Amino acid sequence: MWAFLHRFASPRYFYNLSGRLIPWLGWFTLLLMLAGLYLGLVWAPTDYQQGDSYRIIFVHVPSAWMSMFIYVVMAVASAIMLVWKIKLADVVAQSSAVVGASFTFLALVTGSLWGKPMWGAWWVWDARLTSELILLFLYFGYMALRAAIEDRNTAARAGAVLSLVGVVNIPIIHYSVYWWNTLHQGATVTKFDAPSIDVRMLIPLLVMALAFKLYYFTTMLMSARCEVLERERNNTWVQELAEKKA
Amino acid sequence: MNPKRKKRLALVFLVVLGVGTAVALALNAFQENLLFFYSPRDVVAGKVPDDHAFRIGGLVTAGSVKRQPDGLTVQFDVTDMDETVAVQYTGILPDLFREGQGIVALGRMSPTGVFVAEEVLAKHDENYMPPEVAEALGNAHEKATGTPVPEPNRRQGS
Amino acid sequence: MREFLNMGGYAFYVWTSYAIALVVLVANFIAPMRRRSELMNSIARRLRRERSR
Repeated sequence: MWAFLHRFASPRYFYNLSGRLIPWLGWFTLLLMLAGLYLGLVWAPTDYQQGDSYRIIFVHVPSAWMSMFIYVVMAVASAIMLVWKIKLADVVAQSSAVVGASFTFLALVTGSLWGKPMWGAWWVWDARLTSELILLFLYFGYMALRAAIEDRNTAARAGAVLSLVGVVNIPIIHYSVYWWNTLHQGATVTKFDAPSIDVRMLIPLLVMALAFKLYYFTTMLMSARCEVLERERNNTWVQELAEKKA
Repeated sequence: MNPKRKKRLALVFLVVLGVGTAVALALNAFQENLLFFYSPRDVVAGKVPDDHAFRIGGLVTAGSVKRQPDGLTVQFDVTDMDETVAVQYTGILPDLFREGQGIVALGRMSPTGVFVAEEVLAKHDENYMPPEVAEALGNAHEKATGTPVPEPNRRQGS
Repeated sequence: MREFLNMGGYAFYVWTSYAIALVVLVANFIAPMRRRSELMNSIARRLRRERSR
């Protein structure tokens, strides 16, 4: 087990394995996304209250889920890096930040585009929206902090501590709609009760959520490969690779 | 695990736990400020600020919506099933505004006890279903309780 | 088809949401691809420079 983990964590092995994995992940992501788009925009029925405007749910909710999921991945990878000093964990954390920030941005923007016609406002300062905005700033802070520190190890450690401190925001985002009066409604799918959504709406939602998750793994691995190349640029295996490509 | 790693792992847990506790205490202390709106019960109990605008939230009482002759001013009751507050609003209402629907209004209390709103937002619930399912559910509800469920005004052409 | 594009009167909100999502997702996909080829080129260039010295 440990031998395998150490082999996997070696940069060269990771680079080759992820290189073989990415095309599969990428095509599967595209397929699922197209399926999700068709199911969500065409196949799913119109909502009884919100008409067709509710179809924003199929990008909004998966984006919001991913914004939190990716942050947790980042925090766990950071903890692994701090405790076990595994460099690859730091690469994963670093490569997750941009995708995570993108999904947070998407959740906020699509939420705004949904809020205007339904609630009557682009933005309100309720606990759910505010905590999600704080999540965006946490991602930005993480990236800025890393960019600001010259020494790679110091930057990695500072970023890791920041991501661990920020992880308290995740349960706040999820439970904000229960702890306080908010304009945002409660959870539809991620609650202990049965989901209060019609099956024909739930299926596209779950397909899109899976597509977004695979998309994250695809792009995160792609960025991580770049990061590995950059960090290992003085090793012979990278130089041989570059010569072959050129 | 060697003792050095154990120490670092404990440190990571302590940081997360410490920050978590601090934030939990802070949020608890500012509980009031994080409320997006007050309920009609709070209004009747006098728990709302009288020197600045605040929000109230609740359901629009069925049959209470009255439009003034100018076509823009609306008067309706907002209830939390316990207490009721009359609301007056001039302006365009969101698409989801309808009787029986949850709303959040921003404004202040007039001396006559009417809440004068400058903004009305609709609050929707976490249920999503096609109209025919909603209708079937409504019929079942009616049979069980004898009270009709407020009919949502469906959008034309959808 | 016209009805589909109209989205029950919410065309602007629905299509803007999907368009922004598409742009962001595609950009996030292309960026690492470009970064990798640029990296490879710069490493190869540096090697050639060092050899010719």
